[in-house]
Amino acid sequence: MNIYVILKQTFDTEEKIVLRDGEIEEDGVKFVINPYDEYAVEEAIRLKERHGGTIVAVSVGTDRTAEALRTALAMGADEAALISDERIGQDEYSVSRALAAYLKTQSSQPYDLILGGNFSIDNGSGQVAVRLAALLDIPHAASVTRLTVNGSQATVLRDAEGDAETIELTLPALITAQQGLNEPRYPSLPGIMKAKKKPLQTLSLEDIGLREADIAPKTKRESLALPPARQAGKLLKGDPAQQAAELVKLLRTEAKVL
Amino acid sequence: MSQTYAIIAETREGKLRQVTFEAIEAARQAKGENDRIAAVLIGHQVSELAEELARYVDGPVHVVDRPDLAVYHAEATFAAASAALNELSPSAVFLGHTAIGRDLAPMIAARLEAGQISDVTAIESAEDGSPLYVRPLYAGKAFERKRFVENAGAQIVTVRPNNFPAAEPLPSSGPVVVSSASPLPSLRSAVKEVVRKTSGKVDLAEAKIVVSGGRGVKSAEGFKPLERLAEALNAAVGASRGACDAGYCDYALQIGQTGKVVTPEIYIACGISGAIQHLAGMSQSRVIIAINKDPEAPIFKIADYGIVGDLFEVVPLLTEEFEKALS
Repeated sequence: MNIYVILKQTFDTEEKIVLRDGEIEEDGVKFVINPYDEYAVEEAIRLKERHGGTIVAVSVGTDRTAEALRTALAMGADEAALISDERIGQDEYSVSRALAAYLKTQSSQPYDLILGGNFSIDNGSGQVAVRLAALLDIPHAASVTRLTVNGSQATVLRDAEGDAETIELTLPALITAQQGLNEPRYPSLPGIMKAKKKPLQTLSLEDIGLREADIAPKTKRESLALPPARQAGKLLKGDPAQQAAELVKLLRTEAKVL
Repeated sequence: MSQTYAIIAETREGKLRQVTFEAIEAARQAKGENDRIAAVLIGHQVSELAEELARYVDGPVHVVDRPDLAVYHAEATFAAASAALNELSPSAVFLGHTAIGRDLAPMIAARLEAGQISDVTAIESAEDGSPLYVRPLYAGKAFERKRFVENAGAQIVTVRPNNFPAAEPLPSSGPVVVSSASPLPSLRSAVKEVVRKTSGKVDLAEAKIVVSGGRGVKSAEGFKPLERLAEALNAAVGASRGACDAGYCDYALQIGQTGKVVTPEIYIACGISGAIQHLAGMSQSRVIIAINKDPEAPIFKIADYGIVGDLFEVVPLLTEEFEKALS
């Protein structure tokens, strides 16, 4: 089974966001594999352990993204591809088109299963994976908490805002990971050593057969801002019963939300 | 020239979801003066809902009513939506940023080779009059204003629940058009079972009040008093990552940068210390209440009202007070 994992490198979730000259400051920030994509990497490795096959980790990003791909290789992916080209912007239309073009060129190792995260914790739009499935015209299931593969059939349990849906899909298919799917492993020391020798390709737009016009963005950012800082409010005094009564009174008279 | 803004309506337990009316309001804010709003309603036995929807839009309501569309099915619902959108040829499509909207919108965007702006919380007007869409980044640690590139095709927007007011009905209803039941394409996926764990409960994303528990809740059993408080307030129950990781509750309840982002009127954090990743998911709530034993907990730095104390003592007392106040 040929498994492709699409992943993105993001800020660690504990990072604060600081703006400098209207852009998000990246100096000194800890970067990680997007947590939801990390579940996808882990799930690919577990499927390979059970069924055999090859795992290719793919990303669209800057040169720095190679670190995230190396981590995926250290966890257990076999190969990696970094589509890195300044002409590909952040727009989800462009990124998904680049990934689709890449996957269509992998005819010697055609995809059986594509795994990705439910959304990225930075941009958070959750578009790229689902767009990719539509561009490749394959079925998908998003926000999956359990995945089993049997021959050419995948069965998933999907979280739909708290409801649980069981869905069967015929491969090739695309699945996005939700929290709870698994507990990602840490790369082992031998894994890290081996990862250094695993193939990591860097590809340009031409390498995947696209021209700049094919990925011209459809949306653009006008400006960035931080939310207004919240102020610490009142600590309520008295014994618990008095505090509870005071709180309900304040919600009614001061905050006017009751 | 008049253009069409299409809303894809969403139903839940036999009713139109609140977010559908919010999406109509968002489309009203974004559209030009001469543009019309149409709606697409997909489901089974939804004719009454179509009549209701028609009171809110000036364009047609396209209905696709089939037994096999009674529950959401990515491939089938998308095929039905595509057929309806083909007839409407909209310049923009608005959906809720919900489990269904998040799934359906990118498929539509890919099919129409369109741009999509997701999880919109507000719409502003640029100097040239075109809409600027405000949306969170890093789960609300930052915000961006985005616009669609001019003349780059259709525009797809998903709106975050609870951020736009619900649209008011119009003086007169638009027409209801029942789309001919074109056969679905051969499907490569099947929905085998749907377990409505949330049936009868308040939806976390749309809740006006959220009662949330953290590690301080100590066990699955410890969520009971929070659930009773939520019941008294008609609120949804949420949790921090700590509580989910510890196995006290389902990951579906998690609020934070991983998990859900909520923006209720009142957020009651019980036994939650306030890690940065949790704050990202709730700090846009209107009023934040924190109950925690530790007076140094970071949650108190952003809470409007804080109670330093044992949640197992405070929460039941609070439940009583709310019941008194609301009765």
